[in-house]
Amino acid sequence: MPKGQTLGMGELETVENRPFETAPFAKGAIAANEKRDDIVVLTADLGKYTDVYPFRDRFPDRFYNVGMAEQALVTVAAGLSRTGWTAYCTTYGAFATRRAHDFLAIACAHGGANVKMFAGNPGLTTGYGGTHQAIEDLALMRAVPDMTVIDPCDATEMRQIAEQAGEIDGTVYCRLLRGNVPVVFDPATYKFELGKAKRFGDGADIGFISTGFMTERCLDAARDLARMGVKASVLHCATIKPFDRDGVAEFAASVDKVVTAENHVLIGGLTSVVLDALQEASILKPMLKIGIPDRFIECGSIPYLQNKYGLTAERVRDSVADWLGVRAEAAE
Amino acid sequence: MTPALTNDTLSFAFLKEKAHQLRRNMLVQAVGKGQGYLGQGLGLAEFFSVLYFHELKYDPQDPHAKNRDRFYMSTGHYSIALWAVLAEIGYIPKDMLPTYGADESPLEMSTIEGRVPGVEMTGGSLGHGLGIAVGAALGLRLKGSQSRVFVETSDGELQEGSTWEAATAAAAFKCDNLVAFLDCNGIQADGMLVVPIEPVADKWRAFGWDVFEIDGNSLEQLVGAMQWARATRGKPKMVVMRTKPGKGIARLEAREQAHFIRVDADEWDLISRELEQENA
Repeated sequence: MPKGQTLGMGELETVENRPFETAPFAKGAIAANEKRDDIVVLTADLGKYTDVYPFRDRFPDRFYNVGMAEQALVTVAAGLSRTGWTAYCTTYGAFATRRAHDFLAIACAHGGANVKMFAGNPGLTTGYGGTHQAIEDLALMRAVPDMTVIDPCDATEMRQIAEQAGEIDGTVYCRLLRGNVPVVFDPATYKFELGKAKRFGDGADIGFISTGFMTERCLDAARDLARMGVKASVLHCATIKPFDRDGVAEFAASVDKVVTAENHVLIGGLTSVVLDALQEASILKPMLKIGIPDRFIECGSIPYLQNKYGLTAERVRDSVADWLGVRAEAAE
Repeated sequence: MTPALTNDTLSFAFLKEKAHQLRRNMLVQAVGKGQGYLGQGLGLAEFFSVLYFHELKYDPQDPHAKNRDRFYMSTGHYSIALWAVLAEIGYIPKDMLPTYGADESPLEMSTIEGRVPGVEMTGGSLGHGLGIAVGAALGLRLKGSQSRVFVETSDGELQEGSTWEAATAAAAFKCDNLVAFLDCNGIQADGMLVVPIEPVADKWRAFGWDVFEIDGNSLEQLVGAMQWARATRGKPKMVVMRTKPGKGIARLEAREQAHFIRVDADEWDLISRELEQENA
């Protein structure tokens, strides 16, 4: 893997070999307000970097920037919700879940506040190191009672969630994909459903259970593995909470081996909730767990980091091939 | 949708009687428990009397009335005072008061939103109320509502940094429909204020707020502060209230560690008698 350079702040990552959409969150939020007329968007000095300026330009009196103050961001949103508004907040996931955790838990989730937190830079989607990479955010938010937790895969799903979030009761934590976001799901046929996992393919040798952008990687890896004689299918779990326990158990029962994949540490995120679900259903399968190791990650270019920590499609394919003892070269 | 008393019929004798009744309602909750946040509640009896029986707009029949003013009590552990006033305005039955702090009673030691009518926020984790009040002030303004937002906070609570984030936001967004009341009672969990907060009025002025400083146990000064808050425009407003924990009961006023009062079983009759003598 050639070494690269950490991107400048706000510089957009290029998307190769796949269609992409720019700022799908903003499009979804604008569509939501055109329909509902009750959305207020707040950010904490990261408006440009969380794709909210198109919303501000379209609805200038429905936008507040509170400055670098995540506690104010969340409490002000909680106050807006108490006067009948649907409050969309944006900041980076690292700041939302570490700095403002008490406020998301008590000022929002505890009273069922209509606050939707869209949290940028999930996992290894930024090169700015441990301070900016939200690698344990799903675990922190999943443990909060009455909190809905979502990790979308692509531009299609991101836009749909931004459009529908107001219809979800209570407080929502959703990872935000910003900038140029790959289009993996066909917008004409894909429909995000809260708490419902989506199956792709019917291969039974390997069952990938994935969330967030790892689903894109697993779909690509499954295609490569097919050329190596391994038949795989993918179950995309965008909603981490409430989790589709039955769907996951049914899926796992239909395959020989399971591979979980998440853009998150292996503590408390997708892998943990999958293991819970399978144990409850008394399903025991050989399992490979793909995720971020239990340590803070350094700065670097995004492709470099994702490759180093095993989150690219090629690394997923090779990890599975190694695990199965088949030769990865056959796919080349 | 009006408070019991308007400016036209302002009666200090009535407000004094209400403050006295609130103290009785607090004692009813505390009796026999041996401990609790009685001191803070007693210190705010005049404030709650003036707020609920002179200034705040609410509907005695409908705690959720859309055009009500909002009151956020940020210091949730003052729940004993809120239960006292919510019982007095009829949102909760008075015969429920003795269940304060008992298992399965909705009258908890700290306020939980959604369990008791009239509780607008969960206040046990300090540093939440002011930010919520700023959001509500923005939300009401966006709706073109004439309702106002009142929020109570305390000197100890100002140690929470989130307070100052909210203070900055309120000034930045010119929330002049927001009136905050700072209960300066000089105590916190570990005793007397453990870090200095003075000059507290200057701090709020420096953050861009209009500030009015009063004796928080004076009905006249509280009514004056309410009139001042109605008359000033353009900035969020802070009423700094100097209050005395345990106010109204001499033996409790004299307690050094009034944050979490402990009372011996044989003291309740004396306390009750002192309260009636003080207000005779």
